[in-house]
Amino acid sequence: MRNSFTIVLSGEAGQGLQTLEDLIMASAGEEYHVYSSKEIMSRVRGGNNTVEIRLATEPVAAYQETIDYLFLLNDHAYDRLDSRVQDSTVIFAEESFLKGHEGGHKQLLSLRAMAKALGNPIYINTLLFGYIAGILDLNQGTCHDLISDRFAALKPAIIASNLKAFDEGRRASSDLDLPPTIRKTSHPVPLKILNGTTAVGLGALAGGCNYISSYPMSPSTALLVFLSNHARDFDVLVEQAEDEIAALNMTLGAWYAGARGIVTTSGGGFALMEEALSLSGITETPAVIHIAQRPGPATGLPTRTEQGDLNLAVYAGHGEFPRIIFAPGYPEDAVRLTQKAFYLADKYQVPVMILTDQYFLDANFQMAPFPLEEAPLESFVVKTDKAYLRYRLADHPVSPRGIPGHGEGLVKVDSDEHTEEGLITEDFDVRQLMNDKRLDKESLILEDYQAAELIGPEDYDTLIIAWGSNYGLVKEYVETTDRDKVAFLYIKQVFPLHDSIRDYALAARQVLVVENNATGQLAALLKLHLDIKVDDAVLKYNGEPFSIEEFEAILKEALL
Amino acid sequence: MKPFEMHPNTDIAWCPGCGDFSIRKALIQALTELDLDPTRVVMTSGIGQAAKMPQYVNTNFFNGLHGRGLPLAVAVKSVNPSLTVIAEGGDGDMYGEGGNHFIHNIRRNPDIAHFVHNNMIYGLTQGQGSPTSPVGQKTTVQVEGVINEPFNPLAVAISLGATFVARGFSGDIPALTVLMKAAITHKGYALLDIFQPCVSFNKVNTFKWYQENTYILQENHDSGDRMKALALAFEKDPYPLGILYQVENRPTYEEKAPVYQADKTPLIHRQRRLTAVEALMTP
Repeated sequence: MRNSFTIVLSGEAGQGLQTLEDLIMASAGEEYHVYSSKEIMSRVRGGNNTVEIRLATEPVAAYQETIDYLFLLNDHAYDRLDSRVQDSTVIFAEESFLKGHEGGHKQLLSLRAMAKALGNPIYINTLLFGYIAGILDLNQGTCHDLISDRFAALKPAIIASNLKAFDEGRRASSDLDLPPTIRKTSHPVPLKILNGTTAVGLGALAGGCNYISSYPMSPSTALLVFLSNHARDFDVLVEQAEDEIAALNMTLGAWYAGARGIVTTSGGGFALMEEALSLSGITETPAVIHIAQRPGPATGLPTRTEQGDLNLAVYAGHGEFPRIIFAPGYPEDAVRLTQKAFYLADKYQVPVMILTDQYFLDANFQMAPFPLEEAPLESFVVKTDKAYLRYRLADHPVSPRGIPGHGEGLVKVDSDEHTEEGLITEDFDVRQLMNDKRLDKESLILEDYQAAELIGPEDYDTLIIAWGSNYGLVKEYVETTDRDKVAFLYIKQVFPLHDSIRDYALAARQVLVVENNATGQLAALLKLHLDIKVDDAVLKYNGEPFSIEEFEAILKEALL
Repeated sequence: MKPFEMHPNTDIAWCPGCGDFSIRKALIQALTELDLDPTRVVMTSGIGQAAKMPQYVNTNFFNGLHGRGLPLAVAVKSVNPSLTVIAEGGDGDMYGEGGNHFIHNIRRNPDIAHFVHNNMIYGLTQGQGSPTSPVGQKTTVQVEGVINEPFNPLAVAISLGATFVARGFSGDIPALTVLMKAAITHKGYALLDIFQPCVSFNKVNTFKWYQENTYILQENHDSGDRMKALALAFEKDPYPLGILYQVENRPTYEEKAPVYQADKTPLIHRQRRLTAVEALMTP
């Protein structure tokens, strides 16, 4: 694993952990490589939630189990963390928060008394931000600006008090004699701090998305919120639908009429959309669907993470029709692949799914700005003439798509099997021609295949395959392991799979697949579609992501 | 050939004598009299005999899934408000399978016309009870008679704030044409529930039954009186026909949508600027 330093904040819902995380990431991100992830309980108040901020000398994007500095924000914040505390861990807490726990170095931190001295318990979080900023030697001006921005809506006197609280906290930690943290980094260009949700949202805007209709469901809702907040500036019509069934049907209506729509949902909501997915298939109406995975079945673990819905995405919907499934593993890819999803949906008139998960969506990454491609904004909508036929067979397999009111033709779309004009038919020959027309798009889709990325030595003998949110984990492993000839193949388009993947596998003596599910869903697809024999599946399905230490230990056993 | 008329050889899948034929005649007449351009009209529908209507009207259509005609309609209208949008289907489609969309689109008040053929029976699936079947009616499934109270679409619509609520009858094509024109030209969500006999599966609510159990609202009926309209919606045996309730100038869904506040240009005609997206990607 990389040389890194881990700070964990442990508190309960409603205590402001999110604000602290944002402030620390934004300020520390200017002077360090940073990555943060969180684990939260399914409740609005109380419980125990933790935020982990990992600082490193090189880019990192994986969860670390062991804690260097632990900050306890209440008297039950320690209860679930004993196993993560080592002898070297420094635990910052009020005396009363430590009761009954052994291990680590205790460093008394009486934020309550400090806040009281400042006149208001509300300053606790700003004090703590200052305290951590002192430990990390963060730029005071940067931190002040962040506080002023964060509380811009409040009265100047309150902002001033918060700045004072920050300075007070910073002073309190500056003269402590603590073990060293980690070397700072100078970033050649300022990096954007963003989570997976924001990256998907930016990709949607970059793909021309101007319509979202969705029903709230963790952990997918943040994308609906992101697009709502940018609705005015980017001309996005946002609708909170009455249910998921309405959401996808509305989105198909929007595409039919010329918009570019997305739905965001999780496994349970997507299960309700399956019939509409099939409607997208037979009517050849494009759709973009963001599936934010969480552990199932049914309600499962609403706020935890899993990669258990790959099979659902691959097989969803009755009947046979093509689809495309992307699984981004880092923010640049989430932007590019989501942008491309709109382009391919329009180009091939098929549903395109973006498969993410809670861990990826809620994690904060650093991303260097990059120029966006214009090409994915290209519209494939045609102006119709009087003789227009929506499903003209002469254009097999992709008949140009008209929209109502654009040209002299009529756009007739039917969920029944249909003629070239779009009228219901029970003619067996037409049925077969239309079915072939739809399914034959897959070979074109594969020509546009989003190639997998190989990380590590070209002359590998061991190949680790992973998709989606395990990217940061496996990348860190192959880049730091003392085993040579171990490479990582990151598959970002998980369906349909391209033959090129087989060539990567054939070059290896041992092939492992890493997934956050219990049955090895990608491993099974690799066997089914590409006849790749997977030697080992490294699986985790308790609701947590792999930690880098755990992963290293597993691979020590698993590698030949 | 009238602009919305189909080729005379079109094979229509309805039973001979079905009320759907009369409703179709009224619809084409209404669209023609309104002088609408077929390329600027979109019909959406779900599944059922009534939901096949767009197949037999020469205009744009999206014939989708059972119960899901309304979600399509509201979406089409909202991304391109310059189109005339009509959602059409039967009582099972719109009040049963699509009941949730019925409720919530009344709340939205999109500028669409909603035509629901109400024959109080399931036709395409061959004679099961529908949400509007009367208690006691024997069907292929409710063999001892329907035990659930019938759904009252007009009362539901009025109570939820629908801006146009009317009932027509397939047996009176001229009157139905007038109602359809009023519904299409009404600004906002317009529900037109259309009584029709099912000649194959409903032996109770026959053409004669409808004639004997309906009456036409007097011209002096004050359709702006919501409580009076609600009382009329509860009236039965005989059932009133006509516009029970209409209120003008309520803002529509499209008018209320934030995306149309500063700019009335249909959403689909606006351009995305990538420089603005790139600005969001910069720290």
